[in-house]
Amino acid sequence: MNFYGYKRPDGRVGVRNKVLILPTSLCASDTTRIVAQQVAGTVTFNNQLGCSQVASDQQFTMDVMAGYAANPNVYGTVVISLGCENCQMDLVVDAIRERTNKPLKQVIIQEAGGTLKAIEAAVKYAREMVAEASLLQKAEFPMSELIIGTECGGSDPTSGLASNPLIGQLSDLIVAEGGTSILSETTEFIGAEHILARRAATPEVHDRIFEIVHRYEKALQLVGEEVREGNPSPGNKAGGLTCLEEKSLGCIHKGGHTPVNAVYDYAKQVEAKQGLVIMDTPGNDPSSVAGMVAGGAQIVVFSTGRGTPTGSPLVPVIKITGNRITFANMEDNIDVDASPIIYGSKTLAEMGDELLQLTQEVASGKQTKAEALGYTEMAIARVCNFV
Amino acid sequence: MLNAMIVEAAKDNVIVAIEPICKGETVTYQCAGEEKTLTALEDITIYHKLAAQDIAQGEPIVKYGEHIGLAACNIKAGQHVHCHNLKEQRENLESKV
Repeated sequence: MNFYGYKRPDGRVGVRNKVLILPTSLCASDTTRIVAQQVAGTVTFNNQLGCSQVASDQQFTMDVMAGYAANPNVYGTVVISLGCENCQMDLVVDAIRERTNKPLKQVIIQEAGGTLKAIEAAVKYAREMVAEASLLQKAEFPMSELIIGTECGGSDPTSGLASNPLIGQLSDLIVAEGGTSILSETTEFIGAEHILARRAATPEVHDRIFEIVHRYEKALQLVGEEVREGNPSPGNKAGGLTCLEEKSLGCIHKGGHTPVNAVYDYAKQVEAKQGLVIMDTPGNDPSSVAGMVAGGAQIVVFSTGRGTPTGSPLVPVIKITGNRITFANMEDNIDVDASPIIYGSKTLAEMGDELLQLTQEVASGKQTKAEALGYTEMAIARVCNFV
Repeated sequence: MLNAMIVEAAKDNVIVAIEPICKGETVTYQCAGEEKTLTALEDITIYHKLAAQDIAQGEPIVKYGEHIGLAACNIKAGQHVHCHNLKEQRENLESKV
């Protein structure tokens, strides 16, 4: 099976063709917003971090920034920094260059002479880059080029019965095509980690699965907190999910049935054609999705029980619910109704084939509902508080 | 008409309502090719759980064939199972691999 995408000079293949206006810190985020508003074809995000962070916390931010610039859906990047932040322009540019050789321009607000001069320079770079990007023609590529990020948010019991198994079916089909599927959300492995560990391809992967789960629980205990205080959420419970174990046992269905071949740290570059892999991300959806997008996912498949509008600045997000009431209530936001799996009018295999077809269409350019509505929220995972 | 489902037929002691269920209503679900019934002892919100059998206080509550917690009190078949009668318990799962 093939799709139509964009070949990048680093060899990867994108399914969208965006120019990223990248803020290296909070102090550059208003500037990137203004620049992106001036140039159609660009995207940006509100980076609330980039300064006053300890090393491990800053590393997450650096990896998301570098990974965003390297994401195959991005043609090129205009990086904007204030000038004095911890995530210095040269550090960010080096981190991007370690991942990709795509077009890159830089503007430092303090050196440009203030907001207006920085915006003028950045808008010129962005317009030139969008013009270059628009000349690129799509070509046909095998589905093995795809890295699919999988996520669940606003879960309810239908997530574990229908929408997550359906994503698992897609994961198995993508792996069979030679592609890559990322299972994420470490906090939602808790109570189900032994099932994933049984499927580890190597003893190292087995040990890493337990390690990331235990490390996450211990990190919260160090500050006197327990993961289950905030998870399941009030909405999860109102929907019928009682406890974290029940939520996790539904969550891991997104990983399908194939062996787990690797465990990646948050926002690290995921290799293509790897089969099923895990990324160590929070259960918080926008920061988990951002980690996988930074890892190189071109498409995210997202299940919900309660219903969510969520999108991404860089990738199409395909949303699926197994709750027939939620689909009727939020059809504006949700692409696929997976409830026929619960009520028996379609099989998991039939719906899996339909979802693979939709994924191929979205890879070739079909807009998802989150794209059509312009949803681009994102967040970056944290290790600890600001300094 | 089926109005509930079991996830792991051989192991689970709770089932999931797939329609709104009223107190006193017959609950019907497919279990390993066989139709099973019980009577709902309470109103059950759609997609919430109810006990498929009596579960004694302290016994594991099983869904997906796995322990999701312990019964915080004696639970009768047909009763709603949720935060009020499930006690959370973190198990060491390394021994279960």
